[in-house]
Amino acid sequence: MNALTKPSLLPWAPEHGREAMPAAAPPTGTRPEWGAWLLLPARFAWRQLRAERARLLSAMAGVMFAVLLVFMQLGFRSALFDSAMQLLSVMNAELFLINPQSPAVTQPEPLPRARAYQALAVPGVTHAVPIYLAQAGWRNPRDGSRQTIQLIGFDPDSRAIRADGLDGLAPALRRIDAVAFDTLSRPEYGDIPALFAERGPFEVQVDNRMVELVGLVTIGPSFAADGNLMMSEVNFRRILRERQPSNTDLVAIRLRPGTDVAAAQRRLRSIMPPDAIVLTHAELMARERHYWETATPIGFIFAFGSAMGLIVGMVIVYQILFSDISNHLREYATLKAIGYATGYLARVVMAASLILAVMGFVPGLVLCVLLYEVVAGATFMPLTMTIGRAALVFVLVFGMCAAAGLLAMRKLRDADPADMF
Amino acid sequence: MDPIHVGRLNHAYGDGELRRTVLRDVSLTVQAGEVVLLTGPSGSGKTTLLTLIGALRGVQDGSCQVLGRELIGAAEGERVALRRRIGFIFQNHNLLGFLTARQNVAMALEIDPVMPEGERMARAGAMLAAVGLAGHEERTPAHLSGGQRQRVSIARALVAGPGLVLADEPTAALDRVSGGEVAHLLRDMAKSRGTPILMVTHDPRILGIADRVVAMEDGRAVAAAAP
Repeated sequence: MNALTKPSLLPWAPEHGREAMPAAAPPTGTRPEWGAWLLLPARFAWRQLRAERARLLSAMAGVMFAVLLVFMQLGFRSALFDSAMQLLSVMNAELFLINPQSPAVTQPEPLPRARAYQALAVPGVTHAVPIYLAQAGWRNPRDGSRQTIQLIGFDPDSRAIRADGLDGLAPALRRIDAVAFDTLSRPEYGDIPALFAERGPFEVQVDNRMVELVGLVTIGPSFAADGNLMMSEVNFRRILRERQPSNTDLVAIRLRPGTDVAAAQRRLRSIMPPDAIVLTHAELMARERHYWETATPIGFIFAFGSAMGLIVGMVIVYQILFSDISNHLREYATLKAIGYATGYLARVVMAASLILAVMGFVPGLVLCVLLYEVVAGATFMPLTMTIGRAALVFVLVFGMCAAAGLLAMRKLRDADPADMF
Repeated sequence: MDPIHVGRLNHAYGDGELRRTVLRDVSLTVQAGEVVLLTGPSGSGKTTLLTLIGALRGVQDGSCQVLGRELIGAAEGERVALRRRIGFIFQNHNLLGFLTARQNVAMALEIDPVMPEGERMARAGAMLAAVGLAGHEERTPAHLSGGQRQRVSIARALVAGPGLVLADEPTAALDRVSGGEVAHLLRDMAKSRGTPILMVTHDPRILGIADRVVAMEDGRAVAAAAP
């Protein structure tokens, strides 16, 4: 500084008085503000974080890593479950019959076809459509390689399935040995949409039978099948001659518009023998999902992966906050010395952890949306970002950072204001 | 009542065989507006006495009344509340490196969240001007000289209108000119506000600012004299 200036007397300072000062100058405000209680520590934390860019970036990267890991795990989990639901989601019926011993629709136990006729006796039922499911061998028309494909046999006039592209295909599918190919099937089946566009209907080999591909539909691959082929039930049985026509796998029941679904379900239940259960569309979907979640390790694997992501993220954030507090111990001790309570410092640490949660989450979310696109393109799985999942991951990461902050707070005890002298 | 009244104060560190007494029957009174320097060799107990009066440690034995509050048996919350009424000046200024000079000074006012932000900043700016740092308000400590940092530290100690200022070697890290300036500034600022100062120092160049010098040796206050 230049020459020492004579201190100008401040408005709140007693002028040259020898009497002791009051404890503190009276503030002009009168009402304690919650905002200040929360925002002042948050502002302090932000200034502290901002001052060390490299540390801030590494902390953000750590949170982002956790966000990515959790998003990908939850995304895969959801995509796999959704893919298992692909076929059911295009079913166009209010009620379904299935053998109670069937663990999943794609692993059906035989259901007597007669149950469909019985269902037709219930008032309000307009269609009871047997649906046949089986796996068969597909010969790639390009390179001759063999792949397993799922066959779906049903009455094409029934409208029990509403897959894109199916409208208008019913007359063609009624022809002998006619099939429709699912355009979302994996590319290992051959570039069928291009071939179809190029040639129109053409012959393909399914198991040991030559059939004619007469159209394209859109369903999507699943756990059980990388690709789908739709056909009439008659053509289904032509390909799979060993299948007993008296048994089906699923019956889709359509009701007259305005019919009470619950009442129809009760009525059907009352007439069905124990080899058939009656489920609504939602119940069938939930049953299928429950199977994949509980009877397979898939649910556990991805839940475990998500938990690992959160734990790794928490360790990273904890390490960063812990070392941050260690590096700023002297500053924290100074604040304690000048009258800040430990609670204020705890709010600073908590605010820092939550700022890191937000700063890591936002770029992590953007990156995940891009990665979902890439992975969905490569795997043909329905991997999409949903608001619900984004909110869930934000809550999880928020909790993760809060937990890391709570753990790191213990280090604040080492900030001893007496060490400042 | 005197801002500081210490009577037969004893303090020890450690337990059992490792117990070491650092203050023995220390009695000291500091009156309003008085500037008292504590001198003595290292290990004589000056800093421990300062930390006890500053409510930075719990008092073990004797009496230590600061700003009208007896500190023996005081709970942590009471000591924190008392510290808010004391201005602290540290040897190494201990400014927060990521805050500007104004923000550092305002931190002493942020303890009270009732005060509006604008008023906090205005008071911090006025205090900085009062210690001769007008125009330096937005600089961080890294962009201030040692003397300027210590002035910011003085501004931080005084801005909330403390009833007492405790300073530990505030000129130790400064050159002769800066040290003299800071010491006289501190005295002038305190005197203009009637704020008593208790300062630990080894610096003989600043003895002239004191109303009284208390020498400590082996945990006892052995002499008190005018400079």
